[in-house]
Amino acid sequence: MIFNLTYKPYGERSILVEWPQVINKKILYDVLAFKNKILKNDIELIIDINTAYNSLLITYKKIKTSFNTQVSILKETYSQENIYNKQIFKQWEIPVCYDVDFGVDLKTISLAKNTTKEFIIKQHSQAIYTVYFIGFLPGFLYLGGLHKALCFPRKETPKLQIEKGAVAIGGNQTGIYPSESPGGWNIIGNTPISFFNVTKNNACFAKPGDSIKFYSISLKKYHDIKSLVDAGVYQIKSEVVNG
Amino acid sequence: MVKVIKSGFYSTIQDFGRIGYQHLGVPYSGVLDCYSASIANAILGNNKGAAVMEMTMVGVTLQFDCNTNICITGADMSPKINSNAIRLYKAIAIKAGDVLSFGKVNYGFRSYLAVSEGFKTEVVMKSRSMYKGVTNKFVLKENDELSISNAFFNNKKNAIIKVDRNYFTSKIIEVFKGPEFACLSKEQQKMMFSKIFTISKENNRMAYQLKESLANNLKPIITSSVLPGTVQLTPSGKLIILMKDCQTTGGYPRVLQLKESSVGILSQKFTGQSISFKLLEY
Repeated sequence: MIFNLTYKPYGERSILVEWPQVINKKILYDVLAFKNKILKNDIELIIDINTAYNSLLITYKKIKTSFNTQVSILKETYSQENIYNKQIFKQWEIPVCYDVDFGVDLKTISLAKNTTKEFIIKQHSQAIYTVYFIGFLPGFLYLGGLHKALCFPRKETPKLQIEKGAVAIGGNQTGIYPSESPGGWNIIGNTPISFFNVTKNNACFAKPGDSIKFYSISLKKYHDIKSLVDAGVYQIKSEVVNG
Repeated sequence: MVKVIKSGFYSTIQDFGRIGYQHLGVPYSGVLDCYSASIANAILGNNKGAAVMEMTMVGVTLQFDCNTNICITGADMSPKINSNAIRLYKAIAIKAGDVLSFGKVNYGFRSYLAVSEGFKTEVVMKSRSMYKGVTNKFVLKENDELSISNAFFNNKKNAIIKVDRNYFTSKIIEVFKGPEFACLSKEQQKMMFSKIFTISKENNRMAYQLKESLANNLKPIITSSVLPGTVQLTPSGKLIILMKDCQTTGGYPRVLQLKESSVGILSQKFTGQSISFKLLEY
């Protein structure tokens, strides 16, 4: 127990637990450890737990759940030792085609930053990004770790249609559009990998605490992988990074 | 089977939605007006969570190719079987070949159609609620065919419930304080509960935006979870009330949280109608 948490009632049957208002991995892993303890304790009436950068939203089955009683149960749970903290986190290797056909905004970014497209691609595919949580769209990963040199403001007017698989930069974040969607981020490439698939047991392979590494592929390789993905036989490369 | 002859303005199949998938970024979805939808199922003796059709502003035209019972609740859109007007909040027998249609809207904004045993459309993540990117079909279209069970009229189910018009005319939306309510100034807090707000034309299953603005200098928050019924305050001072198809996370301060039943009351309102917030204590 390292953080001073606040507990707030949120609507008739949810409790919001908040950590200090900063984004870092120490907080992320503490949020995930707390979620894990709640799951392992199998606390009655809890039907959903959702995590974000520095918060945990716990939803109960019944509307008339006493807030104070539930908070004391949660506080006790948080103070338990981390004996369950044997979570396995994976690093996923994600192929990205940074070809200008896909990376329609690469030129704008390189001109504005007075650099080359190659530099942007190199920086983007060198870093290791942490998955903080999934939100915005089904399968949209909130990733931390974008290199400062690549931060670029969102567009003033969002584009009505961004393609599925688009890899983009918005402010100090980078992300992958898991489905076709309107959006204001700058597109630098596209991945043939599917980040949300309802036909699979686990609709999104990545989870909070995992990490993502991008690697550059050619247009030909993109289409090769895409056909394997469409056929449902592509294996995403991954390795366990801690346990 | 039921065939969609006309699809209305925005019609979907909904049950109570998906819970437990929000960590994947999947919205809750589900009927906006739980109260009205539940009555329709109750009158037919269906399970509480049986899937119903939710129609918005303009009703559908359907042709049945089997016998069933139906019940229509929520907004009064002048329903007819063939050319005969039928009552709302009442079980009605349907014979194969019957055509159900709707006309003028007398009150409300969303109408619910329940059929015996519910609509048997695709189940994804334990729910039949339609949502783009989750279910294959996300809005009903002309010539869609929806699977239903063949059922005979059961005249034990002939209860009629009197409609409480207050439910459709009340302007009061009951709310609790949201997680960032305390960040508002005393002045802003006062305005929130004294002002009358108007529903803007930006209203759908994802969110209802209100027309009026509040002076606002609150900073965005670090992206965190949101719920249907959350009232967000945008940097430009607009209030956005999230509905069932809302995203699972957001970065605007969450100033109020609607009582769950108030989400249903709000969903029966449309562009230009007014509401005011009434604060409830936790």
